[in-house]
Parts: sequence; C-alpha cells; structure tokens
Amino acid sequence: MPTVNIKRDLLFEALGTTYTDEEFDNLCISYGLELDEVTSEKQMVSKEQSESKSEGASDDTIYRIDIPANRYDLLCLEGLVDALLVFQNKMELPHYKVIQSKKPLKVLVKSNTKQIRPYVVAAVLRDVTFDSARYASFIDLQDKLHQNICRKRSLVAIGTHDLDTIQGPFTYDALPPEDIKFKALNQTEVHSAAKLMDIYSTHAQLKQYLSIIKDSSVYPVITDSNGIVLSMPPIINGHHSRITLETKNIFIECTATDLKKANIVLDTILCMFSKYCSNKYTAERCEVVYPDGAVKLYPELKYRKETVNRKKVNSYLGISENLDSLSSALSSMCLKSTVLKESDVVVVEVPPTRHDIIHACDLYEDVAIAYGYNNIPKTLPKTTTVGSQLPINSLSDKIRNEIAYCGFNEVLTFSLCSKDDVSTKLRKPFDTQSTVRISNPKTLEFQVARTNILSGLLKTVSANKKMPLPMKLFEVTDVVLKDVTSEVGARNERHVCAIYYGKTPGFEIVHGLMDRIMQMLNIKFSSESGNTYQIKAANDETYFPGRCAQIIYQGNTIGLMGVLHPEVVTAYELTMPCSAFEINLEPFL
Amino acid sequence: MDSEQLLKFLDTKGSFNTWDLSKETNIDHQKIIGVVKSILALGNIITADPVTSKYWELTDEGESVILNGSYEVNLYNAVPSDGIPQKELMSIPNAKIGFSQAMSKGWIVIDRSINKVMKKVESVVDKVKEDLMELKASRDQISESDKLDYKKRKLIREVVIKSFTIGKGPEFTTSIVKLETELTTEMILSGSWKSTPFKPYNFEALGQPQSAGCLHPLLKVRTDFRQIFLEMGFTEMPTNNFVESSFWNFDALFQPQQHPARDSHDTFFLDDPQNSENFPQEYLNKVKIVHSKGGYGSQGYGYDWSLDEAKKNVLRTHTTAVSARMLYGLAKDFKPTKYFSIDRVFRNETLDATHLAEFQQVEGVIADYNLTLGDLIGVLHTFFERLGMTEIKFKPAYNPYTEPSMEIFCYHQGLQKWIEIGNSGMFRPEMLLPMGLPEKVNVIAWGLSLERPTMIKYGINNIRDLVGPRVNLQMVQDNPICRLDK
Repeated sequence: MPTVNIKRDLLFEALGTTYTDEEFDNLCISYGLELDEVTSEKQMVSKEQSESKSEGASDDTIYRIDIPANRYDLLCLEGLVDALLVFQNKMELPHYKVIQSKKPLKVLVKSNTKQIRPYVVAAVLRDVTFDSARYASFIDLQDKLHQNICRKRSLVAIGTHDLDTIQGPFTYDALPPEDIKFKALNQTEVHSAAKLMDIYSTHAQLKQYLSIIKDSSVYPVITDSNGIVLSMPPIINGHHSRITLETKNIFIECTATDLKKANIVLDTILCMFSKYCSNKYTAERCEVVYPDGAVKLYPELKYRKETVNRKKVNSYLGISENLDSLSSALSSMCLKSTVLKESDVVVVEVPPTRHDIIHACDLYEDVAIAYGYNNIPKTLPKTTTVGSQLPINSLSDKIRNEIAYCGFNEVLTFSLCSKDDVSTKLRKPFDTQSTVRISNPKTLEFQVARTNILSGLLKTVSANKKMPLPMKLFEVTDVVLKDVTSEVGARNERHVCAIYYGKTPGFEIVHGLMDRIMQMLNIKFSSESGNTYQIKAANDETYFPGRCAQIIYQGNTIGLMGVLHPEVVTAYELTMPCSAFEINLEPFL
Repeated sequence: MDSEQLLKFLDTKGSFNTWDLSKETNIDHQKIIGVVKSILALGNIITADPVTSKYWELTDEGESVILNGSYEVNLYNAVPSDGIPQKELMSIPNAKIGFSQAMSKGWIVIDRSINKVMKKVESVVDKVKEDLMELKASRDQISESDKLDYKKRKLIREVVIKSFTIGKGPEFTTSIVKLETELTTEMILSGSWKSTPFKPYNFEALGQPQSAGCLHPLLKVRTDFRQIFLEMGFTEMPTNNFVESSFWNFDALFQPQQHPARDSHDTFFLDDPQNSENFPQEYLNKVKIVHSKGGYGSQGYGYDWSLDEAKKNVLRTHTTAVSARMLYGLAKDFKPTKYFSIDRVFRNETLDATHLAEFQQVEGVIADYNLTLGDLIGVLHTFFERLGMTEIKFKPAYNPYTEPSMEIFCYHQGLQKWIEIGNSGMFRPEMLLPMGLPEKVNVIAWGLSLERPTMIKYGINNIRDLVGPRVNLQMVQDNPICRLDK
C-alpha cells in the first residue's frame, strides 16, 4: 500500500476546511484511506537518518496517508483534494479534454525498441504555472507512480521535459550503449551510456533500475530533431531538457513494456496537473508513429460509459436505495452519474482518473463506500449447512491431547529451515529426492521446507536450556516432501514427533509414549500381521548405533525411534543424552 | 539441647538471645535455631523476635599476623642498618605488601646512590598486630577507617549474625506434646486419630507443582476458532499442501502477474520442484482471457498473460489458494457451502517483533445464491462476537480478488483503541465466473491471522516468544485455558 506525504496546511487550504487530526482520520477511513502518521520533515529525517541531519529541515506538519494500491489518482495533493471535495459534495469533478493542435508533435518509433521497450505514449501540457509546492508535487507523483503501478520503472518509465528547450519531431530508438552520449540530469559532463551505468551503479536511488536494461545490447533513448537526448529510459533524463520552476510547456513521454499501464500513467499525470494550465484541464495530443507507418494518438483521456442496475446493486450490497440516491452516491466517488429516464439503471461516466473501475462490482463498492460500510444493515446468510472437520486434523487433535496427558509439552516450530537442519546436523546427506528447496530465501533459516519435525524440537530444547530437566516436548504437524505424483510436485505429510532430554537417555519414556499412542489408536503390539505394530532394530545415521528401531505398522515402516547420536546432540549445542521418535500419522486415518 | 531443655532454660531466664546461648554453651547456633523453629511450629509456646547484629572477625591471615607480626614490621626488621638490595629484601614472606606498606608509612627508603633499601626511622610499633589483638579480644577501640583498611587487606571480615530473642508465649509450657504431622492407616485402623493432636497445616504456601503436560497456547486458541466455525456449520478445507502453483495462488484469484505480491521480495519461490504442470486446460484458458482481455462484464487488466509465470511454484501466501481450488471443484455441482481453514501460510518478509516468514491464517468462506455485503457484515459481527470482540467496524480497502473489500477493526477495551484485526470482501466475478459458478452465486470471505488476536489476548509483544524454537517454554506451561469470551 503506497503512502504519500502531504503538507497539512497546504492540504487544509486546498480543502477549504481545517480539521483536527482525529476528524481528518475519520474522513480518511470513510473513504478507504488511513492517516498513518502525523509527523514533519524534521522528524522524518531525524528518524530515518540522524538528529543532526535534521537540522534546518522544516517543522511543518506532514500527514502520511495510506492510499489503496489501485487508486493512482490519489497519489498527490491535487488528486487527493479533488477526490475528497467531490466526496463531500463541495465540488464537481472536472472534465478532462484533449486538444488537437494543427501541427501535433510527433514521436517516431524505431524498430529496435521492440528488443527492449516497445511502447511509448506522449502528451503536452501547455502554459503551466508552477510554484515550488506544485513543482515538488509534480516530481513526487512521478516517483510514486514509478514505485507502484510502474513496478519500479520496469513496466513504465516517465520522462518530463521543458518543451521550449527541444524541438520535435522526436525519435524513440534503441541504440548500443557506446552510441548514446549525453549530459545526464545533474551531471556536469557528457558521458556515454555505458559510463553512466557505471556511475549509477553506486547511486542510492538509480542503481535499482539498472538491471532493467543492463544486459541488453541496445538501450532505449529519446532524442529531438537536433539529436539532443531527452532521456534514456528507464534510467535517467537528459540535463538539457530538465524541468524548472519557470518551465511553461511540458512534454511528457512514457516508455513501456505494458501499453495499458503507460496510458494509465500518462492519464494520471495529465489529470492531476492540467489544472495548472492556463486552459485548465486540457492536454495536447501527440502522434506516435510506429515503423510500420501506424499512427497512434495520445493521450487517450478516455471516458467510458457503464450502467448500474438498481436492483442488482441493491441486492449485491443488501441495501434499498432509489435511482437518485444511487446516482448521487456514485457521483460523490468521482463517477459522474445520471439516471436513465424510464429505466431502472444509472448511467455512469468512468473518467480517465478511475482506471481502477474495470467491472460493475467496482461501482458497487463505490456505492457502498458512499453509503458508508458501517451504515449497511447487518443480515445473516440464510445458507444452511452442516459443519465438519478435516479427518487428519480431527485425528491430530485427539493424538495431541493424549500426548499432553502423558506429561509432554507441545511446541510449535517453523516449517522452513536450513539445509543443514535436514542434513548435516542429523548426520545425513542432503536428500534431493524428497526435499523442497526455496529459491529466494532472505536468510539461511529458510532454505528448505522441513522433511522432519525432530530438528525443530532439538532447536527448541537448545533455546530453552534454562528450563528444569528432563524436558519432554512434542509436536504434531506437517512436513513437506517432494512427490512427482502430486500436481504441484510436492505434498504435506502429518508427523508426530516427541523428544526426551535429560540426565539419562530416557529411551523407555519415548518408547512408552509411542506404545501409549498405539494403544489409544487401538493397535496391538504383536508379531502377527493385521492391525498390529512391531518394533525392529534398525540403523540410522541420526541415532546412536544399537539404540535405534523402526516402527512398523501393518507391514510398513512409519517412523524411527531411538537414542540420538551424540554428534546430533552436539550439533544442536546440547550436552545431555536425548531420545526421540517421529512417525507418520497418515496411515492411521 | 532438646526442646524440653531449652524451654526449661527459658523458664528460668524469662528470656534470652540464641546467639548468646550458643556462645555460653558452645552449642552450634544453627542447632539452637533448629530447636526454636520446631517449638514455634507447635503453636504459641514461645515468641521469637529476630535480631540482626554485626561483629568483626579475624581472617586466617589476620590470625597469622597476630602470631608472626605484620608484614611491614617483618620487612622493616629484615632491613640491616647498612641497607640491603631490594631484590634480596623481596625474598622474605609477603614482602610485596610489606614493602609497599612500609614505604607508604615512611619507615624505609631506597637510596638510589647505592641502590639499597635503608631504614628511615629508628624503630617502629606494630600497630596492625596490636589492633588485631584488640579486635580478637572484642575490645572495639579501633577507628572505622582502620577497620576498613584491614578489611581491604583481608585481615578481618564483618560477620552478620541473625539471631532471635526468645520469650515466653501465651501457651508457654515446659512439657510439650509431640504433634502428629499426617493421618496414617494405623491411626484409622486403631482409632487413635480421635485422641491424637495434629500439627496445623500451613495454608499460606502453594501446593506441590504438578508435572503436567500441556498444549501450545496458539493451538489452544486454534481449537476455539475451529470450534466456532464448526458451531456455525462450516466445513474444514484440506489445507495440508504448503507448496502451491502461482496459478492457484494468484492467477485463479484474478491477481495480475505484475502484482507486487508476486515479487520475490514478498513470496517464496521454489528451485525444486520449480514448476507445476497439470492445470485444467479449459479453466486455465478462461483465466488467461479474463486477465488479458476481460470478459464476464470486466475490462480485464489488458496485459500479456504468461503461462510460464502461472506455472511457477510458491509456498502458498494465503489459504485462499485452497479456497480457489474448493470453489472450482464446487462449481461442477454447486450447492450452498461454508468453508473454513486455519493453517500455515508463508511470506518472504523482513522479520520483526510482529512478523515471521510463516503464520497461521484463519479463513472463512460462504458461497450461496444472492449473498450480500450486508450478509458479510452480519456474519462477521456474529463470528467476532464469539471471539469476544463485540465492537467492530469496517474500512474500505483494496484487494485484487475481492470487491467490495473491507478491513475489519475491533475496539480493544484494554488498549482503548481500534485495532485492525482482519480483511474481508466479496470475491470478484472475474474470479468466480471462469470457474463456472452460477452467475447469481456470490461468495463472501474473510481472513485474519491467528497470531495477532492471540498476542493481543495474552499481552505477548514479541511473536518469537510465542512461535518457533525460541518459544518461552515456561509461558507455554503456565498459559491458562483459552476462553475467548473472557
């Protein structure tokens, strides 16, 4: 969920009202926002860096507001204020318009771009008036879009330029890195693209984007008719065409691997900032000419009509509103609506700020928000059903109780562990046949899904050495095993594991517990076949030689028990003898 | 000395101090205390007021100084009138201390011209030895600073004595009847219990701790959650599959392939088994189309849906992956259904006091014709009331597979504030219709973590104290039974 930082005083000025923090938070919550924190630039710097660095930073109150991840139109002060004012019926949402100039600016796309970043969309904002707050918001919005819908610039990258410093038509090409040379934003010298990539490899913000194009043989680049480089997306703009407070005419280009998102991004920037144009809420059209001669016109700033059926929305939400109130509810959510005469529907105009509306259910939600979630009458579903437990869970719970009755303490350990936990620490080779391996663990503790519970219990003993001895622990839970016959290539298996740790090995105690479990499962200890179990001497690396047995149920080995090998004990930084058993519970279902 | 002797002594004296008695009679003080305690246990025969006193005692080293003289005097005496090389002087016992003491007292001096230690004064008095003799004779005439100095030199030590002043109690007697501690079989058989006086029990102390086994606190809470679902007629879903394909974990839920949750920063992907293969082909195509082009009244997301992305195996990030499988199965022969599950899910998160890489997700799902958002709100009120949360409210939220989506907040009386407790919503038509569920069927669902309400309930601040190998076993043993409504 993105969080935006908004200066409180500017916000209240734009909203035309002053709120207490609590009042504003309540307004936020009713709209699906959340006032996450009340802070200031000074506090933020001093929290994130150090108090000394915060010297001189502004003390102005900042609201940190959580924005739903699909509401790109709320990521800056301009959009947030419009939305809240419309919500409170204090203004009507403006209508955004595309202006067709006689000689539209052209962007010529070269075929090389297909290899790396095939799409570009563009538009112009004419005669803009910036001040420092608007300028900062303009930069901030681009950053928020880059971090969220643009997926860290991989899907879409935005470039904004002072149109009066460059001359169309523009060319969007992809060239070998050595062939791109320009003075990048805030650099003092001209560098080659290769050199720039090198320079930015240590740049706090930019280094994260380098991998998007680094290994490509060609890098995307946009130039003007005089060969001046506007930008090398998605990394950096040129210094020449940079925006300043004095910039009047802004050329905006978005290069992308996802055309739909490029349009959403372009629309969002235009809708938010066209209010500062002398001809308010307008943007000028550009032509994008593809190598095959196809011409596409941007921005789209498309309005779409949807209808909402009164009966459907009422029955979906469990309310009973008439057409007029449905219409005004939707209108208050920036979805201008009218009642279609002599029908049972409301016609909704979905504006280019609301790309999140993709289905009627999205409109239903907005009706519910306008209505107020907490005003919707509570009802209970009439669904009549009979409850039931999953058999393996029901059996597990009964066994857990029996083990606890025997004086063992239940623990709850992690399903993920290190490779060593399932191999070397138990004196076993790593079993590639049955172990599920994780490709992107953040720490060594999450390399694999565990194939046994024993190592988790040993870790628990190790972390609780201060507890009185003997320690008697158990866990009944799932391990994960690779299984080629399963749809996903792996399955869970329910295991029971118990451990005794004390001055003596206590083998007879875990043995007795195992017998008790069998007794409770009504299974006889007998050498005869049938519903019986047997104990047979076995050899296993994890157990002390001669002190290990397999547990056989209906002719199949379901687990092992014994005195743990001293090297296993020491591998878990323990010093005393220890006995354990671990069995598969599933055969008893 | 036995009890009777002591009582007779008390009878003649009227009162006495146990330490003084020990000194006088040469009986070990602890033995006397033992006798006193045994009499006290019989009732109000005597009174005993604790007295604390301190005195100085010579250490073994102090005793040897009395015998052999102090180190500095011995060292002074070892210096001949024409001096002695320092090295030679240092060979006498305890010379190091003696030398520094003698130097600081100004008794000796090192003559650098001849490199010898010389006497500086004509004669010395062994004050240390005299003081120690004084102390031993209990004539406490020595200044406090000197005492501290001797203490520092480990020649004396301070001893604290805890003794009792014994007096006659209201039930004083010199002849005591021995009280029986426990009722025995013999007494019952012989009937002697009728005339036997018994020692009173001490009800101030706790009984003997039981060597009890116990269940884990979080799983005790799980039991109650399961109970609530079962009472409300929910069927438990088979969630015993931690490995899941991206298709079922994300795509089936209409979660777009570029969604941040599908990033390696948030989700555990697998090296082995890396991919899933066998998908229901017809359904998969419908999912592909609804993502890329839309349908069922939806615009879709308008991107190139990739099968390779859907094949990637993950450790499931939510049990909703299982709900999706169940709903897909249900679509074949739909009937109104309630599902629930409580099981582990996995997130590749940065760990902190409230986040682990795995947690227990609680999930409830109801599928029926014409369910409403009001039904969801009603069922959540009922569910959370059973958990003891009577005041709840909802906040609009965003979730890729539910619309409307609602965050659930509950008012915590103890913390005096609203806290977020779970998420809920109605599954999107783009998720349900490709599965083949009838158009009029709506599905309402909610989810929460099991850990969060448990931590709030038991006031546990660090999740590691509750889950994992570093669990506090004492807490596990002492944790009360789970009563969610208390």
